[in-house]
Amino acid sequence: MQVILEQIINGLTIGSFYALIALGYTMVYGVLKLINFAHGDFFTFGSYLGYTVLVFAAAFLTIHFGLWGAILVAVIAAAISIALIGVVVERLAYRPVYRAGRLPVVVSALGTSIFLQNAIMMIWGPRFQAYPSELIPNAKLMLGGIQVSLLQVIILVMSFLLMGTLYFIVQKTTFGAAIRATAHDRSTASLMGININKVIFFVFTLGPALGALTGVMVGMYYRQISFTMGWNYGLKAFTASVLGGIGNIPGAMVGGLILGVLEMLGAAYISAAWKDVFVFIILILVLIFRPTGILGEKVAEKV
Amino acid sequence: MEQALSPEKKSFLKSQPLVVSVFVAAFIVYPFLVSDYFIDIAFFFGIYALLGLSLNIVLGEVGLFDLGHAGFYAIGAYTTAILNTKFGIPILVLIPISALAAALFAYIVFSPVIHLQGDYLLIVTLGMGEIIRQALINNPFDLTGGPNGVFGIDFPKIGEYFVCDSSIEYYFLIWAIVGLSIVGLKSLQNSRIGRAWNYIREDEVAANANGIDSRSYKLLAFVLGAGLAGIAGNVYACKLMVVSPESFTFWESCLMFCIVLIGGMGSIPGVLIGAAFISLFPEIFRPFAMYRMLIFGSAMILMMMFRPGGAWPRKRGAVAFRSLLEGTGRTDA
Repeated sequence: MQVILEQIINGLTIGSFYALIALGYTMVYGVLKLINFAHGDFFTFGSYLGYTVLVFAAAFLTIHFGLWGAILVAVIAAAISIALIGVVVERLAYRPVYRAGRLPVVVSALGTSIFLQNAIMMIWGPRFQAYPSELIPNAKLMLGGIQVSLLQVIILVMSFLLMGTLYFIVQKTTFGAAIRATAHDRSTASLMGININKVIFFVFTLGPALGALTGVMVGMYYRQISFTMGWNYGLKAFTASVLGGIGNIPGAMVGGLILGVLEMLGAAYISAAWKDVFVFIILILVLIFRPTGILGEKVAEKV
Repeated sequence: MEQALSPEKKSFLKSQPLVVSVFVAAFIVYPFLVSDYFIDIAFFFGIYALLGLSLNIVLGEVGLFDLGHAGFYAIGAYTTAILNTKFGIPILVLIPISALAAALFAYIVFSPVIHLQGDYLLIVTLGMGEIIRQALINNPFDLTGGPNGVFGIDFPKIGEYFVCDSSIEYYFLIWAIVGLSIVGLKSLQNSRIGRAWNYIREDEVAANANGIDSRSYKLLAFVLGAGLAGIAGNVYACKLMVVSPESFTFWESCLMFCIVLIGGMGSIPGVLIGAAFISLFPEIFRPFAMYRMLIFGSAMILMMMFRPGGAWPRKRGAVAFRSLLEGTGRTDA
């Protein structure tokens, strides 16, 4: 029982990583019907920026803001820089290609991904980088007989707060209604007076910012980052967003958490080496029986 | 009557026989003029051309998103590697066997999911590719050799008289297969099957309404595409003499996807251009060392800005083709 609970908590931790990254995929997909293959690299880029802040400015920051302050500064700096990069990428690489349709943008996104990945490699070098372990809290907590690390608790609280905020924005505010309307039908939404460019700007700042922030959390959780890790996380997060129903924001959160928990339970009870196979088989089974994902709505094909 | 059915203008071969024969002649003469290094580059161009042609059946002709095509390529390569090293079956005999293995796998795996639409099918293909790769790494039944792969694959040979063991022979082997595939695919394009595929791509509902069994035709496309990728895997395995899971990553599938889109969906000359771009570009820009992948990424973006339909888009149905690019018709108008 104890092992199951611990595995579920581990699963929820990586699940919240997947969920936060998946939000970026699903928001962009909802608005533009574009699979943003560069999103995984936004995540990596953010992770490296957070690393740089922590390594080079740590002494200065910890004196002025304390340890938690330093981490917070790293997270915020990464999120803001990547939000800017997200907007720039959208303007330079995606916007000129939208009019041509869906598929050319996919190639453009893959090109952007190659570009970003190699830019990261050139800036920080091809080797693994390690987050400074003296800056990362490593306290352990006992919660009702289950051992959890303090970092996990912080990550979970932070992700749930972020997801809650995003859920509130998207489901309860007027601007959120505009986003949902755009995701539902872009041309009609624009006829109703919704500023589509504003919505696109929003998803291309918030998505990458959430990705970057997750990057810093992943760096702190696993201590080690590499310039190719964006592919792996991106793949899982994209899978999570499809599992939840792509384009659906709560779906991405649910999908991410389910994927994380499944992966950890699979690793514990089936086999660590086969856990990814297990995850993808579950995904395929879900899609066979619910072709639009767990929370996806069935959309009738227009004739 | 035949003319009325296929509004395509005369095929390139018939209208420009001189240009085509010059190209073919150049391909034959090329390996005798350059060093082994350049012959090998042209060999990998051939491999990518074959992979591009195979994905083009699924993505270009039928419009099904397939981002797991490297999985079929892997099955072809591993079938060859395992049967050759464990049972000593000759490579050339294994060409059809690899194709059949990949095709059979595609049939079994895609039968239950072929009804999925667009991006949902894409994620299933993607998952399938990852499952295959992970399975190869995990070394089931001690067959695949885990992360190290299988090595010691034989040369293709006919008895003792002809042994294919030099760059130039491999070059002719792959380009002969590519040439034969082009001839076959070209006639398939203008056949009843090719027209049905294109009809499904343009409007599946209308195709169904007109009595096209879209399910079987889509499966057929996957099976043929997988078979061709399996052949590419066979040649790749015997050229490298070793196969390992890292050759068949998601990234390979993405490259194949780009080959088809950069060239122009459903266009055979386009696939050759796309394959040339993907395989030759990094070589040409080798002097730029570290920057070459940055240039490569930017070039992909620029290509899509200036030629969104691909470098050599297919002529027939050029108008309808645009409708596909504009999405599934649900939101983008």
